[in-house]
Amino acid sequence: MYNAKYIMPGLVIFLGLITFPLWFNVLSCTRYEAPKLALPADQQECIIDTKVMRAEHMTLLNDWRDKYVRDGEVTFTAANGKLYDMSLMNTCMSCHTNKEQFCDACHTKNSVYPYCWECHIAPRGNQ
Amino acid sequence: MSKTRRDFLKLAGACACTVAASQLVGANAQAADAGHGGHAPAVAQPANQHDNALHGTHWGMVIDTKRFTDPLLVQKCMDACHLTHNVPKIDGPQELKWIWAASYLETFTEHNHYLPESVEQRSFMLLCNHCENPPCVRVCPTKATFKRAWDGIVQMDMHRCIGCRFCMAACPYGARSFNFNNPRPYLDETKMNPDYPTRMRGVVEKCTFCVERLAQGLMPACVEASDGAILFGDLDDPHSSVRKALASKFTVRRKVSLGTEPSVYYII
Repeated sequence: MYNAKYIMPGLVIFLGLITFPLWFNVLSCTRYEAPKLALPADQQECIIDTKVMRAEHMTLLNDWRDKYVRDGEVTFTAANGKLYDMSLMNTCMSCHTNKEQFCDACHTKNSVYPYCWECHIAPRGNQ
Repeated sequence: MSKTRRDFLKLAGACACTVAASQLVGANAQAADAGHGGHAPAVAQPANQHDNALHGTHWGMVIDTKRFTDPLLVQKCMDACHLTHNVPKIDGPQELKWIWAASYLETFTEHNHYLPESVEQRSFMLLCNHCENPPCVRVCPTKATFKRAWDGIVQMDMHRCIGCRFCMAACPYGARSFNFNNPRPYLDETKMNPDYPTRMRGVVEKCTFCVERLAQGLMPACVEASDGAILFGDLDDPHSSVRKALASKFTVRRKVSLGTEPSVYYII
């Protein structure tokens, strides 16, 4: 190969640099740890299964927002038949009273900064 | 079979007539849908309501101005609304208001002047008129403000408002306020209602006839605070308190000549 003595080391350095995050992560043994969430002490169950909630809570909140504001619907029926108000502040946050250790714990870790709290009033927390 | 020019023209004419006729039928149907003579076509009430929710097909308000002689009562109504909805107190041109008071001349710009002094010096509670034909809804480019088809309330979707303020320009009653700043610093944190959100910088807000209270079976906050000076009810129901008041007292509405058909009536 023409100029192989320059091209080959250059390629090796280039590959090393672009794969830096991968092997650095492996070598430094830092692993992603799911944050530990403060769950409400006095409540046994969420309105939906935890697994679904973890993946779909944003869709649910969006859905509630449209149903409440635009369609005038107020209540949400859980799978067990229990009725809940479709409200972030009055339903979700009345159980999950600690926003810092519940919402923010995951959102900060994943660099997601929803602007819900610019309007909705966060509960004071369990402090 | 060969087509003569005469046959082709006959066929083209027939096609043109069919298309024109079908468009006319469509246009008529649309006009019938859009027609409003005070009685909107019945729309089904939303599902998933509380059992005690208040239902109406055209919510309206009657304000007995004769009973607003005490400035304390005026303040009580304003406080009830503004504390319930976390409306910040800002003085000057950046003021936010959902319900406020004004003089006769400011309120009824197209009615008679030189009335009895007692009338001209009265305070008139002003708020969003929840018009049957709301210009704010017509101009909103994002449909953030909309009229609820089932009960006639002109509602704001704060999530969708982009703060263009077309609605403020369109509203002939000045019933809309723009948040020039983040309202939180202007609110007393100890008095904030944690059950109702504040708004963010750059959105328009206004009176919503307390839709969140109606859904819980409660009357609007100002009505509750007014000691009976403000009546609230269904204008489509002849037996409602508002219709009885309208039938027995002389009432006026603001700027009726503009054709917005306000749902707020004033007993003079």
